[in-house]
Amino acid sequence: MSETLHVPTVAELTAKGEKPDVLFWVGCAGSFDERAQKITKAFVKILNNVGIKYAILGTEESCTGDPAKRAGNEFLFQMQAMANIATLNAYEITKIVTTCPHCFNTIKNEYPSLGGTYEVIHHTQLLQELIDEGKLTFGADPFKGKKITYHDSCYLGRANGVYDAPRRILEAMDAELVEMKRCRKNGLCCGAGGAQMFKEAESGTKEINIERTQEAIATGASIISANCPFCTTMMGDGVKHANMEGQLEVLDLAELVAQAKDL
Amino acid sequence: MQYIEQILFVAILAVAIYFFTQKVKQIRRNILIGKDQIINDNKPARWMMMAKVALGQSKMVVRPVAGFFHILIYLGFVLINIEVLEILMDGIFGTHRVLSFMGPVYDAAIGFFEILAVLVLVSCLVFLGRRFVVHIPRFHSPEMKGWATKDATYILVIEIVLMGALLKMNAVDQVLQSKGADHYVAAGSFPVSQYLVGFFQNYDISTLVVLERVFWWFHILGILFFLNYVPYSKHLHIFLAFPNTWYGRLQPAGQFANMPEITNEVNLMLDPSKADPNMPPPDKFGVSDVTDLSWKNLLDAYSCTECGRCTSSCPASITGKKLSPRKIMMDTRDRADELGKAKDVNGADYHDGKSLHDYISQEELLACTTCNACVEACPININPLEIIFGMRQYQTLEKSNMPSEWAMMNSNIENNQAPWQFSPSDRANWTNDII
Repeated sequence: MSETLHVPTVAELTAKGEKPDVLFWVGCAGSFDERAQKITKAFVKILNNVGIKYAILGTEESCTGDPAKRAGNEFLFQMQAMANIATLNAYEITKIVTTCPHCFNTIKNEYPSLGGTYEVIHHTQLLQELIDEGKLTFGADPFKGKKITYHDSCYLGRANGVYDAPRRILEAMDAELVEMKRCRKNGLCCGAGGAQMFKEAESGTKEINIERTQEAIATGASIISANCPFCTTMMGDGVKHANMEGQLEVLDLAELVAQAKDL
Repeated sequence: MQYIEQILFVAILAVAIYFFTQKVKQIRRNILIGKDQIINDNKPARWMMMAKVALGQSKMVVRPVAGFFHILIYLGFVLINIEVLEILMDGIFGTHRVLSFMGPVYDAAIGFFEILAVLVLVSCLVFLGRRFVVHIPRFHSPEMKGWATKDATYILVIEIVLMGALLKMNAVDQVLQSKGADHYVAAGSFPVSQYLVGFFQNYDISTLVVLERVFWWFHILGILFFLNYVPYSKHLHIFLAFPNTWYGRLQPAGQFANMPEITNEVNLMLDPSKADPNMPPPDKFGVSDVTDLSWKNLLDAYSCTECGRCTSSCPASITGKKLSPRKIMMDTRDRADELGKAKDVNGADYHDGKSLHDYISQEELLACTTCNACVEACPININPLEIIFGMRQYQTLEKSNMPSEWAMMNSNIENNQAPWQFSPSDRANWTNDII
């Protein structure tokens, strides 16, 4: 595949009189952050590979308002939410997939009472569905014997109870999942949630991402898998802090799947 | 003499119940200082949650050692209280072991209670050991200094003493039974207290009767004291765990409520047709005092037994930040108590001008990552996050008191539709070079 992959926008499809089966909500990190863009690109390659009819909002997408809300600015959150809901409803969007658990949580749980009700899934849920349906298959044991640990993000895990989908993807790729002591319901935050990503941490004895990364390192895994662009950044910083770059990679599940399929 | 004892018993019982009821009323009033919130949806799920979490102790056993010993104390407390019913009847009617007519069932029950009493006693010793010998860190956070630790210790010691009195009472009773003393019917089985009989064997019957009465009175007075001590202590959870889990959240933990008063304001700006023009603008946004919390938040505060599982799983607390979810609950309860007392003196509409922010600092509020670990860890579904979040809303919306990075982030979202300073027209640039 040497030619560039075209990512359709909903506006484009609408102009052709078509509608996407699923809207890919990219999110701010996925759109602008260099590290997160890799996750976004990996995910659209997978969508393209399995032939799902999807589209993005492109420049019509706007921050969900999650960080404003968590920082206490309910007014700005609702302004953002209402504007996004107007766009989504105008395009008659019914199903949304997103690679960001914060966007996922906000659109799924906090938009309905403001007039935006959609079926919202996280990309790990979509990937697991595709595996279950046999639409996403892997060659011979892509990650056989490779020790991978999985970091539960707060907003996918505790906030919404999604623990199994990401683990089943790892299983399908034959990875050896090594759990951290604090996992699933007891998973430890990476330190970025609640708009912490956008401010300095309060003073303490240690950074949260360092604490969490040390726990991941203790598993002896060579890959930390994640499901959130913010966790990926935080854990990546933790790995750098431990001088373990090159020995320990932090990768989103979409990136792992894309790697396994050589996309 | 017999009647005097009965009259005295009834009088003491009445006084104990009176004071207990008064205190319960006061706590109920303090809880209802909070805002009204109607919680009555999906009742089957609520009963199920209460059955599982409060009755079934499902979240206690997440930490197996504490969970195991807590279940012993819990079972002991509930079941041994069946015997208290008999003690009450005996006290009122001047009978002795009035339920012994049940024969073998009674004997088995008394024997079972003795075994439970020993298990409770041992568990309380284990808990004292965990607190003061093993020195488990969560029992020694800054907020545990002073009354909090004393309170925990008193309760454990009271329980140990009460269980001791029960066993000694039974031991003397056995000796009296075996000596054929009047009034002391042969009833009960004594798998534990039979080993204490040796201490009392050599006294004459009249001394033994006095001893038996002393232990009996000590036991029931202890229980009545305990009943009146509990509402002044963190141990209210023995009652409130049940309503607190019933009224707990059913929606996903990640769903933070949307403020309806702001929805109206936003609608007035964006789409006035959806807005209610008659809705008065709110006098304040967010939580500045306990009166801005919902009554359920305050029920949470009064239900908290300060076990500290929240704090020991909080990422901010673990990494040495000032935030401790347990302290949030303790402060909320202390503030509700303070405001309640002020209202007692000055009338129901009185407000002392103080606020919950006098107890909880901005540094604590800002350390929260909203990760819900505290909510998950709580064995009775207390939610410190709702309080933290409401207070953060007040600081941001009313005081514009936030880190400058957040002010910057907000203005980026407002102007660039992203928390960073990128041009919105570049949002889809990542699509340009996917090979």
